[in-house]
Amino acid sequence: MNEIFMITPLLIISGGILLSLIVEMFYKKSEIILPWLSIAIFISAAYYSLLTAYREGVVFNSMLAVGGLVHIFYFIFNFGAAIVVLLSIDHIKKVGIYFGEFYILMQSAVLGMMFLSGAKDLVMVFIGLEQMSVCFYILTGFNRKRSSSNEAALKYFLLGAFASGFVVYGMALIYGAVGSLSIPSVSFYLINQSPSIIFIVGLLLFIIGFSFKIAAVPFHMWVPDVYQGAPTTVTAFMSTGGKAAAFSALLVVLVPVFSNLAKNNFIPLLSVLAVITMLYGSIVAIAQIDLKRMLAYSSIAHAGYMIIGLAAGNQNGVTGIVFYLAAYTFMNLGAFGVISMVEAKDNSHVDLQSYTGLAAKYPLLAAMLTIFMFALAGIPPFAGFFGKYFVFISAIEANLTWLAIIGVISSAISAYFYLRVVVVMYFKSTDSPIDVEPSYYALLGIFISALLVLVMGLFPNSIIQLISFFVG
Amino acid sequence: MIQLIYLTVLLPFAGFLINGIFGSKIKNEKIIGWIGSGAIGVSFLIVVGAFFETIALPPDQRQHIVTLFNWLSVGSLNVSIAYQVDQLSLTMALIVTGVGFIIHVYSIGYMHGDKGFWRFFAYLNLFIFAMMNLILADNFVLLFLGWEGVGLCSYLLIGFWYDRKFEKGTTGDAAKKAFIVNRIGDFGFLLGMFLIFLTFNSLNFNEVFTRANALNISTTVYSFIALFLFIGATGKSAQIPLFVWLPDAMAGPTPVSALIHAATMVTAGVYMVARCSIIFASAPAIMTVVAIIGLLTALFAATIGLVQNDIKKVLAYSTVSQLGYMFLAMGVGAFSAGIFHVMTHAFFKALLFLGAGSVIHGMHDEQNIQKYGGLKKYMPTTYKTFLVAAIAISGIPPLAGFFSKDEILWSAYANAGFIYWFIGVVTALLTAFYMFRLLNLTFEGKHRFDVHHIHPHESPKLMTIPLIVLAVLSVGGGFIGIPEIFSGEHGNNFHSWLAPIFSDAQIRLAQYGSHTHFEEILLMVISVVGAASSIYFARYIYLKNQKVAEHTASKFKRIYKILLNKYYVDEVYSNVIIQPIYKTSESLLWKITDVKLLDGLVNGTASLVELVSGKIRKIQTGVAQTYAVVMMLGIVAALFWIIYSL
Repeated sequence: MNEIFMITPLLIISGGILLSLIVEMFYKKSEIILPWLSIAIFISAAYYSLLTAYREGVVFNSMLAVGGLVHIFYFIFNFGAAIVVLLSIDHIKKVGIYFGEFYILMQSAVLGMMFLSGAKDLVMVFIGLEQMSVCFYILTGFNRKRSSSNEAALKYFLLGAFASGFVVYGMALIYGAVGSLSIPSVSFYLINQSPSIIFIVGLLLFIIGFSFKIAAVPFHMWVPDVYQGAPTTVTAFMSTGGKAAAFSALLVVLVPVFSNLAKNNFIPLLSVLAVITMLYGSIVAIAQIDLKRMLAYSSIAHAGYMIIGLAAGNQNGVTGIVFYLAAYTFMNLGAFGVISMVEAKDNSHVDLQSYTGLAAKYPLLAAMLTIFMFALAGIPPFAGFFGKYFVFISAIEANLTWLAIIGVISSAISAYFYLRVVVVMYFKSTDSPIDVEPSYYALLGIFISALLVLVMGLFPNSIIQLISFFVG
Repeated sequence: MIQLIYLTVLLPFAGFLINGIFGSKIKNEKIIGWIGSGAIGVSFLIVVGAFFETIALPPDQRQHIVTLFNWLSVGSLNVSIAYQVDQLSLTMALIVTGVGFIIHVYSIGYMHGDKGFWRFFAYLNLFIFAMMNLILADNFVLLFLGWEGVGLCSYLLIGFWYDRKFEKGTTGDAAKKAFIVNRIGDFGFLLGMFLIFLTFNSLNFNEVFTRANALNISTTVYSFIALFLFIGATGKSAQIPLFVWLPDAMAGPTPVSALIHAATMVTAGVYMVARCSIIFASAPAIMTVVAIIGLLTALFAATIGLVQNDIKKVLAYSTVSQLGYMFLAMGVGAFSAGIFHVMTHAFFKALLFLGAGSVIHGMHDEQNIQKYGGLKKYMPTTYKTFLVAAIAISGIPPLAGFFSKDEILWSAYANAGFIYWFIGVVTALLTAFYMFRLLNLTFEGKHRFDVHHIHPHESPKLMTIPLIVLAVLSVGGGFIGIPEIFSGEHGNNFHSWLAPIFSDAQIRLAQYGSHTHFEEILLMVISVVGAASSIYFARYIYLKNQKVAEHTASKFKRIYKILLNKYYVDEVYSNVIIQPIYKTSESLLWKITDVKLLDGLVNGTASLVELVSGKIRKIQTGVAQTYAVVMMLGIVAALFWIIYSL
């Protein structure tokens, strides 16, 4: 009975899903009430996660971990999801997908993410992964009437299933080497012997499967198409929560490996993965004129920076990744929030051209987008700078200075396409600037994101201390 | 109150935000002015409270650190937003908030009707915010933040009237000059900071200074640190060779000159040297450099001041000269005497500038003293307070300037030698002379302006009351630092208050020779008599027998011309440094290196990246099968690699 109470955040979400389903079934206009119910559920889960973060432990025969870093992730997922709901309320009405199920699918996806980050057993990892992914497939194709949305959903599903296959295959090999799928046994196995080749190949396949989810090159091919085709707020949700969840799962498995010699086999591989991912993302983003596509490549590049933290494989690397994920979540949500507001009914106005002279007509919106672009480019004093800073520092500590240098070069390249948005908004003028339908809920969500981006940039240390307290 | 010290930083910042954001909407000048002044006034009260709380404690418990939060910590670098409340920072904070408040109030009257009224108060509050960070910081990084902040505010305020002409250019040119010259100094300061971090592995004051006291570090390292820091100080505090910006800074509104370019910001360099006294004390050679630079600047600027005709220019050179005194004090190890002079100078120099502002205000923006004369009867309050300040700066007892200047001169004699004292006294005589030249030409004698067109008038109460307050301080301010020979067994209060801050440095210096009180009194008498005769001489020349002045000027035409043109320093800098740099930049760096080489490289890289980007984009075919194949290839490559590497 006691164990039940320790997973209260999970129970809140699960209960919330059931409640939302019932509401959806019996109440005709569920799309009016469901967003607020979802926000209430997400916020209470986020709040409760932070409140009980100090209570660390393992429950249900070492299936799930509770407290500590896990709850920090819970907070990021839930708080981020609450912001996504705010962004979605008017947006889904605008683009004609005004249905209550949207929010229920979001809640299920968050539950899946929470399983992923809380897993203490590879089976849990897989359950979480599938639950999250299936919800994402549906959400991507939520705009049934648009062919691009359908196409994106199908591509995502096909390739996602392909990647999941590798995750399972990797798990099977790990089971073959360790004789168990629980993380403590894996740690125990690594302490006592040098890992067998079966284990290493299994781990590699596992990492590759998740590289698909975090959008690392060359497993990134789905990202631009899916990000572009999916409804904008869904893209916001996928690119932040989804990425954070996949990284948390990688941390679950890789952290035990960090203390083992086996890590030396993976450092060069992860380093190369980081390098090609960030360079590819930054360089190709330059050629994009569609903002959603541009942010898709930016998302790839950011995954590359975070992999630097994995390659460093030290405590600072983990802390840095968690900080980075939190920072990335809020700055990306904000950026997509602005895009979703500017986007027109027929899904046009997402290209760079439409932003011409936005600052003159909508100074507030332009200022917000500028903050997020600066943050994504890694310009202080915004959160993005410190995210990069901490992972680069961890690389230098791990004697991977060259990796940090390439990271800085890649950041410099990426500044070009982020700042181009600012230039277009502020320094170009047009006779017919586009009209933007104001949405006060979305603006609130954008404000909260901007505030968090600023606070995390101004007081990075307090947050880093909190995170490293739970990491260490 | 000590724990509330952070409010003295936040309140001015709040004032800045309110006036900066809503200022243009608030039409009422009174409200804007009192928001700005009120923020500083309350800060002043808090500092006073903290001061009395501190003074009630035993001397060894007077240092408090108020930490707001930990800002950055990476490896051994640990930077907090933390404020250090001790004798030195409290003294400076009292000056900054006290004089700052007076000048804010004065500005309400002075800036009346200006279209940038709200902007002015926003900048002024931002300045106090930065200045308080500078003096209250408990580490070098925060100090540097304030250091740059005051530089920025100085820039903004010098160019405040950006649409006005100033000398050959605009006020914007003067602002840029100040900023650029300061950057040169800041570069030195940064280098000093890097070196400190390398040497002591910390940037926190307490840690650095304790380690400096305990560790055995070679004098060479200390010398480099001290030299770099001092270069920073010469920029901010307008010493040779970086003093050229301060006279041009007079392009700003007069309250700005009083607050930033006389009383507070320019003393930041002195404060910084005093704060790092242990480092400077460990580098005897640099101490000598500091003393000599200070002394030369004092003399040099005073001679220029003799012949200037712009009322604010005279005061500007006087400020440079007095700052030279302060560095002389630092250089001869008389740290508390230097800080004492910072304080008294803040009183009388702010008073002089505000008085000058009152005159300029009354004379409809005329600044040439040759076109004044006989203003005594039109502006009695301004005249009286100006007279007090002039006597104070001339070093006539018992006004404030006497005590602080005399102490510096005595320390120069006792610690460095006769010649330091002698040049110091000569400078003092020159100071007394040009001050009374200014006073006589402005207020005494016959008027030399067109009475039918210009009707001089006394300034409003909002401006004269601040003058009176500062005059009282200029008279009485010196008594808290009466030298031992007069106060007997009590000793010098100001000294014993600051002594704990400088005790480590004094131990390291340990060079106080024993000199008799007889000598001290003798030197004192010489300088007072000299100053008094200098005043009389100025009175004689400029009131009784004006021919003497013209005669001297024509007789020593060349010297006069050199002085009038400020030793051609600006021209020399322009020809020797700026023009060559400009030429090289234009021909070599811009046309060849930048346009051809760098732009070519950058544009080349950019087009390469764009080319690559465009090519790679084509991989993204949109066909799901291709995507799966790419993934598969990636997996195969990774598998081969990992198996091969085992």
